[in-house]
Amino acid sequence: MIGQLLKGLRTTFGYIFTQPVTVQYPEVKRPVRERFRGRHELKRFADGKERCIGCSLCAAACPADAILVVPAENTPDHQVSYGERYAATYEINMLRCIFCGYCEDACPTNAIVLEHQYELSFYDRRDSIYTKEMLLVPEDQGHGDAPPILTQLERRPSPPAQIDL
Amino acid sequence: MLKTEELQINIGPQHPSTHGVFRMIVTVDGETITDLKPVFGYLHRNHEQIAEQNTYLQNMPYTDRLDYFNSMANNQAYAMAVEQLVGIEVPERAEYLRVMMVELTRILNHAGALGFLINDMGMWQTQLAFGMREREKILDLFESASGARLMCNYFRFGGVVRDLPPDFIPRLKELLQAMPAFVDELERLLRENEILMQRAEGIGILPRDLALAYSVSGPVLRGSGIPYDVRKAEPYSVYDRFDFDVPVGTVGDVYDRFLVRIEEMRQSRRILQQVIEQLPDAQGGHINPKARQNVRPPVGDVYARIESPKGELGFYLVSDGSGKPYRYKVRAPSFINLTPLGDMCRGYKVADVVVILGSIDIVMGEVDR
Repeated sequence: MIGQLLKGLRTTFGYIFTQPVTVQYPEVKRPVRERFRGRHELKRFADGKERCIGCSLCAAACPADAILVVPAENTPDHQVSYGERYAATYEINMLRCIFCGYCEDACPTNAIVLEHQYELSFYDRRDSIYTKEMLLVPEDQGHGDAPPILTQLERRPSPPAQIDL
Repeated sequence: MLKTEELQINIGPQHPSTHGVFRMIVTVDGETITDLKPVFGYLHRNHEQIAEQNTYLQNMPYTDRLDYFNSMANNQAYAMAVEQLVGIEVPERAEYLRVMMVELTRILNHAGALGFLINDMGMWQTQLAFGMREREKILDLFESASGARLMCNYFRFGGVVRDLPPDFIPRLKELLQAMPAFVDELERLLRENEILMQRAEGIGILPRDLALAYSVSGPVLRGSGIPYDVRKAEPYSVYDRFDFDVPVGTVGDVYDRFLVRIEEMRQSRRILQQVIEQLPDAQGGHINPKARQNVRPPVGDVYARIESPKGELGFYLVSDGSGKPYRYKVRAPSFINLTPLGDMCRGYKVADVVVILGSIDIVMGEVDR
């Protein structure tokens, strides 16, 4: 009887001295892998111009219909992005989004990228709609130069083929 | 002589042991079950109808959500169906990557399923925690390859979306090295365990002929002693190149299904080792560069099936020549394995219902779709 108990407890005691595999979540955060698909970000070029050209391909590719893009024309005194148009409204409904990454695949200018932030809770259903101001990175955090196809204004930027940036 | 009266009791839909929103109307005579009627549909979310309104590629992330334990296996079945419909060739390397992912899925599914089964027997969290610990390592591999732990969305028509990250194979080798110790420990803890023997041996017997008549598949069918595995019966992908055995049970009770799953984890490890050996020689990249993702298949229909961890998973697609499927039908193993539940439970005690249900290993997302 005692022998059986000790035999069973041997496993228990063996585990007391091993390192636990769990992490204390809110205090300790598990780092995500490089390819992790989390919250979206709208990127900029190195000079601060927005990468998004308002082509709505992400909205077309989205299986969950979570993205709304309303484009507007760029004018010489109000040049938000390279090319003819920019996204005047860019909204992602985080309650609909399934984080499949198809918007990232569809984007011709690599404007929308799924980044590593995964804590996306909110108290109100209305807060689930992430607007352009929330998604856009700060102006000094751009990267890369605009490709020639976008900077030559007389050339139409559409149809948006996949450009390797 | 005491007179007994039949009584109808209701288990579920909100019940911790029903693995989701699943309802059973049980007729009992004393403690003995005389009849059991499964009621499902509480998690119906119109999967097939939604799929008919999406393009073929847009359905890929939706298939993840059928059986959310095994998203990679669902992806493979769907990708195979569309590839057969359109006629896309898959490079050899991509096939090996697919097999690797699906076999990892099988290990994590069985590790979890056994843990939940033991949990249902009232042995609480120990084995479940062991299973989840191993599952976590595989999910971490999935995250590094596909970008998500559960809803991987890793497969595309003609291959997989990205090649493996550089540290994937070393980490996989490490995992496979440590795996026998885990499986042996799990088996040692459970095989001769008094609680498991009492609750599982001779419980929930599904005889051979009944299993065939209900067309169940997967570990439930093999537990009943029928050595049927789609990987052997109709080798798809590159499964004809691997050497592995199909474990079978003898009686068809809960205990046999448990043993079949343990052995399948070992066989999956064997396959994975052969994949690692053969992968460097495989031709082609991770995806066929000529394969268009925005497919418009010719008019026709196709049925493609794989051996998912839960059984035979098939996709039936009908194309009318447009970019969206005209008909999209899923042959879900969980759903079909669940149908003989009434016959499996008849004659046993009420407390055995949750154990028998746990031994079938269902995911309600796949049952109700």
